[in-house]
This record gives sequence, structure tokens and C-alpha cells, in this order.
Amino acid sequence: MSETEALESMIGEEYKYGFTTDVEYEDFPKGINEDVVRLISAKKNEPEWMTEFRLKSYRAWKEMEEPSWFNATYEKPKFDTLQYYSAPKNKPKLDSLDDVDPKIKETYDKLGIPLEEQKALAGVAVDAVFDSVSIFTTFKEKLAEAGVIFCSISEAVQNYPELVKKYMGSVVPARDNFYAALNSAVFSDGSFCYVPKDTICPMELSTYFRINNMNSGQFERTLIIAEENSHVSYLEGCTAPMYDEHQLHAAVVELVAMENAEIKYSTIQNWYSGDEDGKGGIYNFVTKRGACRGDNSKISWTQLETGSAVTLKYPSVILQGDNSVGEFFSVAVTNKRQQADTGTKMIHLGKNTKSTIISKGISAGNSDNSYRGQVKISKKADNARNYSQCDSMLIGQTCGAHTFPYIESANPTGKIEHEATTSRVGEEQIYYLQQRGLSEDDAISLIVNGFCKEVLKELPMEFAVEANKLLGIKLEGSVG
Amino acid sequence: MILKNTPQSLLRITEADITNKQLNINQTDKTVLEIKDLHAVVEEDGTEILKGVSLSIKEGEIHAIMGPNGSGKSTLAKVVAGHPAYEVTKGDIIYNGESILELDPDERAHEGVFLAFQYPVEVPGVTNNTLLRESYNTIAASRGREELDPLEFDDYIRTKLDLVQMNPEFLERSVNAGFSGGEKKRNEIFQMAVLEPKLSLLDETDSGLDIDALKIVADGINKLHKDDDAVVLITHYQRLLNYITPDYVHVMIGGKIVESGGKELAIKLEDQGYDWLTTHAKVNGEAK
Repeated sequence: MSETEALESMIGEEYKYGFTTDVEYEDFPKGINEDVVRLISAKKNEPEWMTEFRLKSYRAWKEMEEPSWFNATYEKPKFDTLQYYSAPKNKPKLDSLDDVDPKIKETYDKLGIPLEEQKALAGVAVDAVFDSVSIFTTFKEKLAEAGVIFCSISEAVQNYPELVKKYMGSVVPARDNFYAALNSAVFSDGSFCYVPKDTICPMELSTYFRINNMNSGQFERTLIIAEENSHVSYLEGCTAPMYDEHQLHAAVVELVAMENAEIKYSTIQNWYSGDEDGKGGIYNFVTKRGACRGDNSKISWTQLETGSAVTLKYPSVILQGDNSVGEFFSVAVTNKRQQADTGTKMIHLGKNTKSTIISKGISAGNSDNSYRGQVKISKKADNARNYSQCDSMLIGQTCGAHTFPYIESANPTGKIEHEATTSRVGEEQIYYLQQRGLSEDDAISLIVNGFCKEVLKELPMEFAVEANKLLGIKLEGSVG
Repeated sequence: MILKNTPQSLLRITEADITNKQLNINQTDKTVLEIKDLHAVVEEDGTEILKGVSLSIKEGEIHAIMGPNGSGKSTLAKVVAGHPAYEVTKGDIIYNGESILELDPDERAHEGVFLAFQYPVEVPGVTNNTLLRESYNTIAASRGREELDPLEFDDYIRTKLDLVQMNPEFLERSVNAGFSGGEKKRNEIFQMAVLEPKLSLLDETDSGLDIDALKIVADGINKLHKDDDAVVLITHYQRLLNYITPDYVHVMIGGKIVESGGKELAIKLEDQGYDWLTTHAKVNGEAK
């Protein structure tokens, strides 16, 4: 077996989450118009203000043009045949796990996310989202004792309307971009988290997103608010079955950090990425943004992006408060025909604000991997500092890596540093490690893990193992 | 026969030798490596680099292979260790009585073949400690020996540091990343010390070393060399042989061994260069 073949066979490791669950769905019309938007709102029994929010967003979206400035080519989603809402039939009230459809429960077991609290990872609360609806949220009571609200966004609209009204759309306005507008019109479910003043959230929070239905898009909405002197760490995981058709996933995530608050948001994204020929796979078009509203606040994005056919995603931080800190740590792995155009935006508005960007792109197969990042220092942001490091690693000869940094500084006291490297996993490197007794799998694994180390160590402990495992599945047999 | 003045023990391309594997094993002077009429080409373009190399090495021996640039010395070491860029087109490599031509590089390493690289490769983000523990345990597992946990391994590896006068903080640095040329070479010998191979192929380990580093490295190799292992020194210069005494010296030119002898051959080469051998070979029509 030649080196390239060996690499390919190991990189092309089977996608383990590609199964489908046979559940009965509620009927819902395909396509989109005002009636469909109203219907979604009605299904969720939403108050008038929420329906209005959706309709306004829908009208804005209708006027907008689908963007095409990314370094990716793909067939545009067919918005008129897509199904915008998909809920399993007889969705019960989520008071008890016994009410959850056993098939769905089994799905999460199979994914390694048991919904029974006694079986769950200690110290991690999970909100499980299946297609368009939240199925179950674990450890709700324990969190409530600490004053932390963690529930689905649908429940939040019902139970905490004031909070939702105040913050939803405040970081990512409906008109922000084409996909954010669409999401604001049709968003189905997602997670809501509120950490009150002077509270350190006692456990890791996490949402597990699963797309099951073949024809539905997933439009989830996540809102996290950390009040003064609070701290929360949140992780999302994503998988989907293997279908020949592309599926659209257009999420919006908004984070708000008040004075001295800290939000750590981690993503392990492993949507189905399509086959060798680029058939099928998820379109992952996501708007994620955090606002450091208060002084000394901190927002940290860590992402491990391994799945999806096309990823367009730029988790950003608006550094409003003085001395606030924004961080972006990213590993993006592309393989086969995957295309990723991902990076971040750090917008410095406050004084002494600081941002760090560490991006590691790994491309293999026939994939394309682009880093796109913007660092902006506004006039009033005295002594703002940014450090960016963008490294690309190529495996094989037929993949691409690109870096598009945009730097703007309107304040002469600002300091921006940018470093970039590109390397190739070569025959010589693999041979060297093999000569030291490591198998070809382990050699590549060690090289890739070394390359990503700075980012992987930012993931919460509970998920570091999972992340290593995922990199392993994606790039070889086992991880050392 | 191509070679003159070659001790019979060094050259074994007789039929009897091929059939008498059993006999070899029973001999007290056990053969570690036996290269038989080895031909190898660059896989990419078919250029023949090794054009019939034969060599036999026994336990406890140190062999030096010398020769001008481009003579195939480094290629020989790489091919013995299984480098994928070369294809063996003829001949055989017998190691511990078995052909290893079909073994992957890692399988050869498990059997105790070690190559100290001429140009050691950088692996950013992976500490020396991590790589060596992984190496040590993989090899141990393949040979049914006990693997060491991180604490046990830490105790073990520290005993090896002194051998090449390495500072312990070196263990936490990334493999060869940002190392000076001399540090990289010392690191190779350090790895050899940790992995305790049966056959060590040291490819130009002396090049790029100042005299102090050369002494440290040579001293390390001398201490590591035992009665039951074998060392092959590939070198350009005689100066390494001032510190390590080889049992045999071979000269490679044009992909073949054209001369073999004792330590005195190296001294002759130092004085006279390789010209007399190239002329000699040309006359005999053996080298291009």
C-alpha cells in the first residue's frame, strides 16, 4: 500500500453516527411563507411578540440576497422545498424521562449520550435536541438549586419571556445576515441558559444536536446570559445520519457576558460530511457571536470542527467592556470533498481589550480548508491587543489550505500580531515515527495531536477524551 | 567476486549460506545482519542507487561504512530500516536469521532495528517524553515485555539522560523542534539509549557536531554498545573513528562496497581520499 493509499484508507474511517431512527413525524408543509412562519409559532404556542419577531425576520430575509463570498462552491439549498419544522409525533411534556419515545432515548444511548442522570457523565447537564425539538434536559433541578436556568429555548419563551425578549437578537440582530434572518424567522429549538449574578455554574452544560429527518432543516437558537461575576462553561455536540441529499443547518448562537462574567463555549461538530464524491452531508451555516458587555468580562470560543459538507462559521466576540477578553481556539479538519470557510471576528470597542486567535486547519483528501478572520480596533479602543496564529497542515497532495486575515485599526495605540504557517505531513515525518516503532496510524495521530495541542487543551476536561477520539476516527485508527 | 582482500566472514553470498540458516543460528558468533546482493531503486523514478551490496555483521561488532557523497551509504541504511521511498529489486536483507524485506518500518523497529537519522525530523507539539514513551511501550508490547506507566517511564528515561549529557528539561521540549543541529544528533543517540536496539544504523551522526559534542556522542555510543548488539557507523570522515574503534571498515562507491578492511583502511582513506578506489573500480568496470 502506498503512503497516499494508506493515509486515505485511514482518513476515510467509517462515520459512526450515520444511522437513522425510525420515528413518526407530525405533518408539516414544505416550503416557506408567512403562513408557515405563523404555523411554527402556533405549534410552539408562542406569545404574540415572538410571532411578530419571526414575521419581521421573515420579511427581512425575503429582501436579502444569499451571500456567495466564501471560498466554497456548492449547490444552493432549495428553500422552497425544505421542511422548516420537524417534530416527532406525540411529543410529550418533558417532565419525566419515561415520556420520551424509547426509540429516541435509544438514539442518544447509541450516540453515547445517555439521558438518564445516573448514567450520565458526572458533572455534565445535557439538553438533547432531536430535529426541531428539545427532547429532554438533564439535571434541571440540581441547576435550579444554584439559581441557574438551563432549558430549551421554547420553554424559556414560555417561562422567562422577559429575559428572552430582552436578549434575543441583541447580539445577532435578525437582519445581521441572510442565514441569521432565516433562523430568526423559523428557529425551532435550542438551549437557553441564564446564570445569575455572583454564581458559578456548578456543572458543565451541554446540548446535543441530532438531525434525523431527511428533508428537514435544523434552525436552532441558543442564548446564554452570564450576569455580573458569574461563570459558565457550555459545550455542544452535533451528529446526523448519512443521506445522499444535503441538509441545511443554520443556527444562531448569542452570548452575553456582563461585568466580570466569563463564558466558555465549546463545540464538537461532527455532522455527516458527505461521501468521497461530495454527495450528501450537512450545510453548516452558522452565526455565533458573543458580546462582552461588562468590564473585565471574558468570552472564549473553542471549536473542533470535523464534520459537514460545507461549513461557513465565524464565532465572534464584540469587546465592549473595558479590559474585556475574547478568545477563539479552533481546530478544523476537512477530508474527502469537505469545504470549510471558518474563522472569527474580534471587534475591539473598549479600552485595554485583548483578543487571542489560535486556528489550526488540517486538510486531507480533496478538501478545502480556509481560515477567514477579522480583527478590528475601533477609535476609542485604547491599548487594544490582538494575537493571531493561523497554522495549516496538509495531508496528501490534493487538498487546499487558505488564510484570509482582515486587519483594521483606527487607534494608533492598538497592537496586532499575526503569524501563519503551513506544513505538510510528509513521508519522512511518518517514516521517522514508524522507525521508532509507531504504526502509520499512530504516527499520523501523534503528528496531528501535536499540531492541535494548543487548542485541544482548551476543551473542558470531560470532553477532551471525546475530542481525541473524534480526531482519531477522522484521521486514523487510534490516538496516542 | 567483486571484492578483493575481503575476509570471508564479511561476504556471504554463497548458496550454502542461504540453505544453512540453521547452522548460523547454532554458531556462537551469531550473525545479526546479512545483506545479500542488494539492489534498490528510488520508487518514484526507478533510479538504481544500490547495485549489489553484500555485507555480514555479527553480534558485538562495529562496522564503519565510508564513501564519497552520493555513493549510496545513507540509502543502504534507509533501505535496511524499510524506507518507503525505495524499492528493493534484487537480493535480500536477513536480520536475526529471517528476511525482513516484507516488514513495515515499524515492524523492523519492533525487531530491534534502529536508524539514527542524518536529518532528524521535527514533530511540533509532541514532547520527547511522549514520543519515547509511546515508542518504548509499542516496542515492549510487540515483544511481550511489560509496558511502563508514565511515572515508571520517567524514572527509566532519566537514567539515560546522563549518557549524552542532556538536561532533564529537554524531555519536555517538542521532538527536534527548534533544536540545533548538534542537539538533534544527540537526541538520536539518546533515543537509541532509551530503546536499546539490537542493530543500530547511525547515519552521519558525526556531521554537524563540534568536537565536544562529537566526544559526547562517541562516548555515548561506546557505552551503549554491548556484546550482543551490532552498530553500523555511516560516516564521511575518519574523525569519528578516532573515538569509536570499528572492527571493520567498508568503502562504498557507486552503490557497491568496493573495499573492506580493518581500522587502518579508514586511515588510508584519510590520507589518500577515495580517488585510488574509484580508479581501481573503473579499471575493473565495476562502478560508473
